[in-house]
Amino acid sequence: MDKNSIISKFKPDNDNLLNILHELQNTNPNNYLSTDDLKLVAKYLNTTYSSVYGVVKYYSMFSLKPRGKYVIRVCKSPLCHMIDGNGLIEHIKQNIGIGLGETTNDHVFSVEASECIGHCDEAPVIMINDKVYKGLDSEKIKEIFQGIKSNQ
Amino acid sequence: MIKEKRIALRNIGNYNPGSIDEYLKLGGYKNVERALKINPDEIIETIIKSNLRGRGGAGFPTGLKLKFTTQAFGDQKYVICNADEGEPGTFKDRIIMEMDPHLLIEGMIISAYSIGASKAFIYIRGEYTESIDSMKFALNQASEKGFVGDNIFNSGFSLDIEIKLGAGSYLCGEELALLESLEGKRGYPRIKPPFPAEKGLLGMPTLINNVETFAHIPYIIEKGADHYKSLGTEKSSGTKIFTISGDVKRPGYYETEMGVTLRQLIYEFAGGIKDNKKFYAAILGGAAGTFVDESVLDTSMGYETLKDKGAVLGSGAIMVMSEGRSVFDMTHSILKFFMHESCGKCVPCRIGTVQLLQIMDEAKNNNKDKKEILNKLLNESEYMAATSLCPLGQSPILPIKSIKQFFENQF
Repeated sequence: MDKNSIISKFKPDNDNLLNILHELQNTNPNNYLSTDDLKLVAKYLNTTYSSVYGVVKYYSMFSLKPRGKYVIRVCKSPLCHMIDGNGLIEHIKQNIGIGLGETTNDHVFSVEASECIGHCDEAPVIMINDKVYKGLDSEKIKEIFQGIKSNQ
Repeated sequence: MIKEKRIALRNIGNYNPGSIDEYLKLGGYKNVERALKINPDEIIETIIKSNLRGRGGAGFPTGLKLKFTTQAFGDQKYVICNADEGEPGTFKDRIIMEMDPHLLIEGMIISAYSIGASKAFIYIRGEYTESIDSMKFALNQASEKGFVGDNIFNSGFSLDIEIKLGAGSYLCGEELALLESLEGKRGYPRIKPPFPAEKGLLGMPTLINNVETFAHIPYIIEKGADHYKSLGTEKSSGTKIFTISGDVKRPGYYETEMGVTLRQLIYEFAGGIKDNKKFYAAILGGAAGTFVDESVLDTSMGYETLKDKGAVLGSGAIMVMSEGRSVFDMTHSILKFFMHESCGKCVPCRIGTVQLLQIMDEAKNNNKDKKEILNKLLNESEYMAATSLCPLGQSPILPIKSIKQFFENQF
């Protein structure tokens, strides 16, 4: 679907801004918002590029840089941190070779820190795109990435 | 053995949340039909009499909020469901949205009718993808059946409900920042007053409640205020969902009458401490909450009773730490969280959250006297609490003060 038709699914009201940005980002294979996207949205909502840019920069789920096809969010909430320390980040690094804030060269994976994902009873947890993976250890992390890589 | 008493969770597991027909078989939307035949003022009186208080953390009387919103002048009134659940250790709203989305919709319809609002929003945090899908699906089904939309149950009352997404800002769970975010802006807090009941979304009177709060309303309509008030304790009526996590055998969500003790929650519901260890500490209410030690285990869980002990009920989160865990490390993690989530609008919070973490880091590296460190933290967080614009900057004092009270020698 082209970007104009994605945007025009929403009414041109400011209160739709975050929903529109989510939709644009989710339909981008590199999970990010480009300068052109922001300009397009600004025009549609009859506002300025700078105000849209300001909003995008405020919210941690939006990215202005191309990310991997799979965005991995590692829960760094106090509870997950207590249970796991930095274990998950280490295990992820062993499997895909990147740490927090990095993207693989082939743009398949990005790793980010996230605040509490709300699955504290099954800590530690991560999210990969829309899906939550719970009760993780090194073995489970390995399986998850083997699964993703074999589907590539 | 203590039992659960489920109100907000009463339908969980009893129907497939993807099927409105199954929900209707359980008597779904009957309370909406019932409520729409009652005078709106009478509904508000009932909620006031029930003594229901906000379940998001602040504990403000829900009935009064309804009344203030009704009394405020405005052409358009709004109802907003705050589903931006992000307080560490809290996952009750997610459970309701994923497993009983229709109960939330019912609570919103009744509330909107009582204050005369024709437009409602559910603001869900962006990371809660399953909740978003579940609520979207349920809302479509409810609209198809005519429970949401024009002339609901031929009452002449109409309500439109829309879902709006957050995008990774903890602060947007604060109601005024949420309003800014809903208006398509950066989630900066506003100065209050005016409160949302007076000037909320787009300057109009707005009722903002937490998911769990809305989920109590159909029950109160069904059973009456007196019955609801008979549950729980005198000052904290009804039930509360507690989400228990950390070093317990059966972490999870449990709903029971207020007045339950922390010991009952941890040892009976959650099965006690894991790996045959001893209880060391619990954090009540999330990051913006308080540490407690075993002297609080037998305190009745209610808004006032906990306050008297120097603790808070907050969102109902209980993070349990067994012996061997470090209060210092946990505090470090909590202060890091506040630093990351500070929006930067007001100076005391923007700078204060950074300084708090610096004090901790220094202590870690230099092995300084911990008591001195704690006093520094307390001093700093007191300034922040006195001068910050919104609850985020006012929160670090909660855990810090509680450490001073309960763990000064073990920090």
